[in-house]
Amino acid sequence: MAFISVFEVIGPNMVGPSSSHTAGAASIARLAGKMLHRKIKKIDFILYGSFAQTYKGHGTDRALLGGIMGFETDDVRIRDSFEIAEKEGIEFSFSPNTVETDVHPNTVDMLIEDISGQKLTVRGESLGGGKVKLTKINGVKVHFTGEYHALIVIHKDHPGVISKVTDVFGKQHVNIAFLRVYRETKGGDAYMIIESDEEITKNAVDEIEKNPFVRETMLIRR
Amino acid sequence: MDFNTAEELLELCNKENKPISSVMRLREIVYGELDANEVEIRMKKSLGIMRNSAHEPLKTIMRSMGGMIGGEASKLEKRRIEGKSICGNVLTKALIYSQAVLEVNASMGVIVAAPTAGSAGVLPAVLFALEEEFGLSEETVMNGLFTAGAIGCLLMKNASVSGAEAGCQAEIGSAAAMASAAAVEMMGGTPEQCLDAAAITISNMLGLVCDPIAGLVEMPCQSRNAAGASNALTSAEMALAGIKAAVPFSEMADSMYRVGKGLPSELRETALGGCAATPTGCALKCKIFGGCN
Repeated sequence: MAFISVFEVIGPNMVGPSSSHTAGAASIARLAGKMLHRKIKKIDFILYGSFAQTYKGHGTDRALLGGIMGFETDDVRIRDSFEIAEKEGIEFSFSPNTVETDVHPNTVDMLIEDISGQKLTVRGESLGGGKVKLTKINGVKVHFTGEYHALIVIHKDHPGVISKVTDVFGKQHVNIAFLRVYRETKGGDAYMIIESDEEITKNAVDEIEKNPFVRETMLIRR
Repeated sequence: MDFNTAEELLELCNKENKPISSVMRLREIVYGELDANEVEIRMKKSLGIMRNSAHEPLKTIMRSMGGMIGGEASKLEKRRIEGKSICGNVLTKALIYSQAVLEVNASMGVIVAAPTAGSAGVLPAVLFALEEEFGLSEETVMNGLFTAGAIGCLLMKNASVSGAEAGCQAEIGSAAAMASAAAVEMMGGTPEQCLDAAAITISNMLGLVCDPIAGLVEMPCQSRNAAGASNALTSAEMALAGIKAAVPFSEMADSMYRVGKGLPSELRETALGGCAATPTGCALKCKIFGGCN
């Protein structure tokens, strides 16, 4: 049976009112925010299921916006995230989608654009008790919880890329806890999510980026 | 040092001749990610947040997001200060703090989920009422938090603490079971008595449904936190008097889970039954979210 920490019972410390609809929402967006290289310019949140029905009364909207700006679940600034985002010059919108029902009850799509115009789409699910996972990055199905240090590598689907990348980890003495690979189409864009117990060094990332088949990396610290 | 059942927990306590809180601390240090010092620091931070959320609404009344609650704690406090309370200071203070935490939670203030946000008022209510009325040390209150954590851990493993899965009995019922065990240890009871108190609490709150009006964590959640706190104190008093639970903790946890699974989905946080489905509940929902005829 998996270990349950006392802080999973007495916790999380959070801005109310709901661990799934407020704290979970903040965590999803915060995780997505860590994937960005540059400041955010615009974000559209599409809300599904129970998120779509009750987001206003649960402050899901404020929590999502606060999360993308990096606020933790117990950061009181979540309450004022609309005003803070406006001051920061971030454009934002919330659209409930009640038509699509074949999704987890607490799901959100985040359509993000950074100041350089680069776009990123992330889907997250709030699983209850503040636990979350990201299930899609740019439309590709993934499984990512942010519980470990992680490196997301977007690369061309090509023989040998995975072993080259994991080789760098070995040489840097960083132990890989989980490695998951996904791809859009054969020979198209592929995603590698590497989760590690130790912090992943900048050196390792630089080394991986030298690979001609690697298009982009996202380093996510726990 | 880990345990999966109440029997294993009790065996560890008896073998080491230690209270539940000590076993829970050791377990956290051995299997968790933090060392002994970090565990204490983190729990102290949680205690600080709990303390703040239990007292803040007595200074400033907060408006909830849905507008259904706000000011309940200060109404009770006013009556207590005037010496009119019929419950006595321990219970009345517990009621006050339980209301305060839910007021903070519903107005997007900072709370500690224990085990959930909707049941976050029960544990601080019992801890601080006893701390103040019996002059307990912070160390004793910290022990209470770890003991409560051990009970919550057992319920997460062997039952559920989710209203969506097993109804309010799993949320506020679990919180009350945790708080009752904490109260027993803080007042000098044995590990056996802690588990008796938790088992009595679960049996007393068995079958409670989750039916939030408009789907929001406001009503009846707030007043049920008061009920949870008073249930916790009731069973703690009984266990401390040497009254045994009719059915032991492990069997009660299992029973609570089975009852929860047997509840129709209307009574598991969907806001389609119970208080939420009453004419008044529906009218409140329309008032808050609009879109009704």
